Amino acid sequence: MDYATLLQILDSTLRLATPLLLACLAGLYSERSGVFDIGLEGKMLAAAMCTGAVAALTGNVWLGLLAGIAGSLVFAAIHGLASITFRGNQLISGVALNFVASGITVLAAQSLFRQGGRTPPLTGNGRFNPIELPFADAIGQVPLVGPFYREVLSGHGALVYVALLAVPVTWWALYRTRFGLRLRAVGENPASVDTAGISVVRLRYTAVMITGVLCGIAGAYMAAGLQAGFGKEMTAGRGYIALAALIFAKWRPWYALMATLLFGFFQALALRPDVIKKTVGFDVPVPMLDALPYILTVIVLAGFVGRAIPPRAGGEAYVKER
Amino acid sequence: MTKLPRWADLVLVPAISLLLAGIISALVILAIGQSPSEALRTMVQGAVGSAYGWGYTLYYATSFIFTGLAVTVAFHASLFNIGGEGQAQLGGLGVALACLALPWPHWTLALPAAMAGGALFGAAWAAVPAYLQAKRGSHIVITTIMFNYIAAALLIYFLVEVLRPPTSMDPASARFPEGTRLPTLHEIPGLNLVFSKQVPANVTLFVALLACWLVWVLLWRTRLGYEIRAFGKSEPAARYAGINPFRVTMIAMLISGALAGLMSINNVMGEAGRLLQNSAEGAGFIGIAVALMGRNHPVGVFLAAILFGFLYQGGAELGLWTAIPIELRTVVQGLVILFTGALDYMVRMFLGLFFRPRPLGGAA
Repeated sequence: MDYATLLQILDSTLRLATPLLLACLAGLYSERSGVFDIGLEGKMLAAAMCTGAVAALTGNVWLGLLAGIAGSLVFAAIHGLASITFRGNQLISGVALNFVASGITVLAAQSLFRQGGRTPPLTGNGRFNPIELPFADAIGQVPLVGPFYREVLSGHGALVYVALLAVPVTWWALYRTRFGLRLRAVGENPASVDTAGISVVRLRYTAVMITGVLCGIAGAYMAAGLQAGFGKEMTAGRGYIALAALIFAKWRPWYALMATLLFGFFQALALRPDVIKKTVGFDVPVPMLDALPYILTVIVLAGFVGRAIPPRAGGEAYVKER
Repeated sequence: MTKLPRWADLVLVPAISLLLAGIISALVILAIGQSPSEALRTMVQGAVGSAYGWGYTLYYATSFIFTGLAVTVAFHASLFNIGGEGQAQLGGLGVALACLALPWPHWTLALPAAMAGGALFGAAWAAVPAYLQAKRGSHIVITTIMFNYIAAALLIYFLVEVLRPPTSMDPASARFPEGTRLPTLHEIPGLNLVFSKQVPANVTLFVALLACWLVWVLLWRTRLGYEIRAFGKSEPAARYAGINPFRVTMIAMLISGALAGLMSINNVMGEAGRLLQNSAEGAGFIGIAVALMGRNHPVGVFLAAILFGFLYQGGAELGLWTAIPIELRTVVQGLVILFTGALDYMVRMFLGLFFRPRPLGGAA
């Protein structure tokens, strides 16, 4: 593989990793607070549809982004209601909301646009246009590092940089703020948080809503960044890959970045079977590459590469002692 | 919270959950500018208004009985098997290999072999998550989800690289030999008086009914079933009673996977006659809704499977005859899971208001 091809693949790695990273960080907030969320997929899908629809109707991608976040928040709120207020089974709630999202997005898109459950193709300001990083051309002349800066880091839509920025922000919020300390505590031992006079319910709702916002951004990027419009089931299991990445990263932000970049790299490779053949010398079946994130996650879950221990209170509703 | 009487728990709670799901679905239909009553009429007419419609409804219901039972058995061991979809797909592979292995002379010989193939492959696909749960504590929900995706990738590989006949371009296996064709309800003497046209529902329906009865016997009439239920209620108590957690987890999941795999004799062998990509078509997931709706009892599963068969066939009819997209059934399915599985407490709390014990007369 020559350097130019490598750069191309890394460029698409970054693009493909972005929705995974956003969804993974989204799941991190919810799960750290003790609310399991396998509904990342559904929230992304709902957001993608809202973004696709509003961006197509108004021609403004930023309004689309807001609509996407709003759509995702509705699903987050129902999940919060079911799993925090009504103490329902969080896993079942997530599964259910994924189905609802999968169906209702097609219904809505079809009734709005009558194009077979898609939204019309987005153009111009309806999409996230590439941003040239400063001095891309000047630094691009520097050997080795230059082309990397120009080809890989520069020239993405705004949300790619938002996603990358969300990693240090999440780390800081989680480990350097009072909110983060409480969030981590409520996922491990809600009773102690309650004893300290802090509302468990409020903390968990806050976390679930942050999850909603981040999933909304992820979905918006799917519809208006990675692709140009919403299509049926367009998230294609990315919510579950993000969940896998979250476990792979053992619920930590910087590792989430690495895990999603790795899984994004697999997705980028799966798009270029010719390159794989040239590099390893034989045909690697594409389904094998598609399955690799899941296989790796199972291996991590099995505890062969250090144990992945979820937040202790995850999955259980908190019942105040009387 | 007030404890509900048994009949309310068994009948009223699912009925109200279903009603809520129905009301919201009707609102969704209104929101996309269609008429809910018209939709309901189309669904009823298409799914249960004729023997032909019933032939489809029962065909779908057969698949859902198997996947519903699969989820039920695992649920009783307090294991949430979301992997029914992957196990059913692997079951399809097992059925296909069994059907293609020999030039079967008659379906009565081919059916047991195909059942063995489907059950074995389904169970094998459940075995790894089960082992990881029992020995390494890996959460079974996550591992079975991962295994669904791995199964999909594996099936694509098998269909494209191994089972695809060299002359064909589609990712599908060769047609099964004529001797593996299962009689449909139209071809069974006696029943053909009712089902006068060719329908996809086939003898697998009776295998499914038998499976319902066997699961009931297993869970409530055998020592193993007792162990499974005891383990599901309280692991420490079961452990204290000398029940081996590893053994129960493994066996419950193997049975669950085998049941999901068995579904494939209905769709792969009975209907398609060859293995296609994504053969399970989401039936594995519907099993979750069916089990929740059926209160994890074989009789309930049977009734819920018929209901979802109706929903599936009716939904297809909606897609054909009205402007309502076929995806409506995914919405209804999601809503039923949401209300019966996750918002159960809300429904109970609401019902509890009506079943509050009356204060004893005179006592002040």
